[in-house]
Amino acid sequence: MTLPSLGRSIAAPVFGLAVLLAIWEAIPGLGLVNPAFLPPPSTLPAAFLRELASGQWTLAIRNSLGHYTLGLAIGVLAGIAFGIITGMARFAEAVTSWVVRVLRPIPGLAWVPFAIIWFGVSPSAAVFIIAIGVFWIVYFATHGAIRAVDRDLIEVAEAFGFRSAPERLLKVMLPAATPGILVGVRTAIGQAWMAVVAAEIFGVAGLGQRMMQASSLIATDIVVVYMLTMAALYGLLDTLFVRLQTWVLRWKA
Amino acid sequence: MGVAMEGMIRLKGLSLAFPGVQGLTRVLDNVDLDIAPGEFLAIVGPSGVGKSTILRVIAGLARPNTGTVEMAAPAPGRRAVSLVFQDARLLPWRTVIDNVAFGLEKLSMPRAERRRRAAEALTLVGLGDLVDRWPHQLSGGQRQRVALARALAVEPETLLMDEPFSALDAITRESLQDELIRLRAATGRTILFVTHDIDEAVHLADRVVVLAGSPGRIVATHRITEAHPRSRGQGRAADQAKAIRASLDGEVLINGAAT
Repeated sequence: MTLPSLGRSIAAPVFGLAVLLAIWEAIPGLGLVNPAFLPPPSTLPAAFLRELASGQWTLAIRNSLGHYTLGLAIGVLAGIAFGIITGMARFAEAVTSWVVRVLRPIPGLAWVPFAIIWFGVSPSAAVFIIAIGVFWIVYFATHGAIRAVDRDLIEVAEAFGFRSAPERLLKVMLPAATPGILVGVRTAIGQAWMAVVAAEIFGVAGLGQRMMQASSLIATDIVVVYMLTMAALYGLLDTLFVRLQTWVLRWKA
Repeated sequence: MGVAMEGMIRLKGLSLAFPGVQGLTRVLDNVDLDIAPGEFLAIVGPSGVGKSTILRVIAGLARPNTGTVEMAAPAPGRRAVSLVFQDARLLPWRTVIDNVAFGLEKLSMPRAERRRRAAEALTLVGLGDLVDRWPHQLSGGQRQRVALARALAVEPETLLMDEPFSALDAITRESLQDELIRLRAATGRTILFVTHDIDEAVHLADRVVVLAGSPGRIVATHRITEAHPRSRGQGRAADQAKAIRASLDGEVLINGAAT
């Protein structure tokens, strides 16, 4: 292997993907598995074009992206806000310590019945499920990052007269906690896609609902098309986010 | 805080105790100290004697159990005191110039004015061309210069310095000491300088106060009259250092004590 390093850095992941596709193609192709249970990748472009032509694909993505964006935004903002409050105020942390322990382990799917009762089978219900899933990740990341802020830096703010809680927050704690908060947000960007499927399984229009419809008809090729669609959307958003994160944290060594 | 003579700081009957494992640990015992306007006063003493605590009380970071700090209110756009810590404590997410402008953000003034004063302070410490660097790109000595510029930018009546050069290598330390003498001559600032290094105190200060005991109290005051530039560790400086060591007799070893 004497490829130049740039070539190798592109070649290695492409090679990995090619091996995955080859094995995937071979298993149903050699009759090891019924192609209806595992659609070979060569059938996917046609399935994708059918979905695209019917307008289902574009509609599902538009719906899901709407739920995703709103749920993610609400969950992230609420997580940051509550994380800051309990991270800065011992009293708030004490009051909420057992509330958090009771609510935290409830999986997103368990909220589905309540989401339907409270919001009906509507986009709001999907947004609610996604926001809850995201909230805890960002809440714990923010709480931990705020608590870990270097006391010495807070003292610098105090020594120069920034003594109120909002001043300490804006001048030192929030910027110092930003790296930790962004790690939580990045995790949330991935977790929110999983929540999208859970949130749409019960009939709110979108990717998840389309996957459930296809799977009940054993249209596995369509299911895989949407799996890959989600992977592509996640990959795109995560890449954009990492760019943003690198720029925001350009002060780091 | 009461009102004292213009530019003067007066500590009266300062005592302070921290809650510790075995009840209260007394740190300072009835410390009286006047710092005259324009004076360079050094406080020396072993680790844990409460030197830094005096600065923290003056800076408003610690509250004495008894006693008072009197100083005049600062003019608009200035602070009464500002503090240089032992480590630079720059905010890593701010560029050099934004670090220096940090304290100015509390003294309401337009952004352009903040930048002008910050740039001026950076020029004063010889870092005029590093304004847009990040703190992690600087050497230890440069970082401490930025911390000094940050403290100078708010034009304090009194500059408080808490062992500011003790974490630096000897060569950098000496060059910063000489720079501080030059800065003091140029700005006329009152300086209260805490150190455990007697030679440093003798090299820099007009007056050296010796703090010793547990809880710490003032055991001696030495006036250094020799004009700058002073020779290091020779002649009169050596004699004065020896006299200061004598006034610490029976106390723990001073030189090289870590804080």
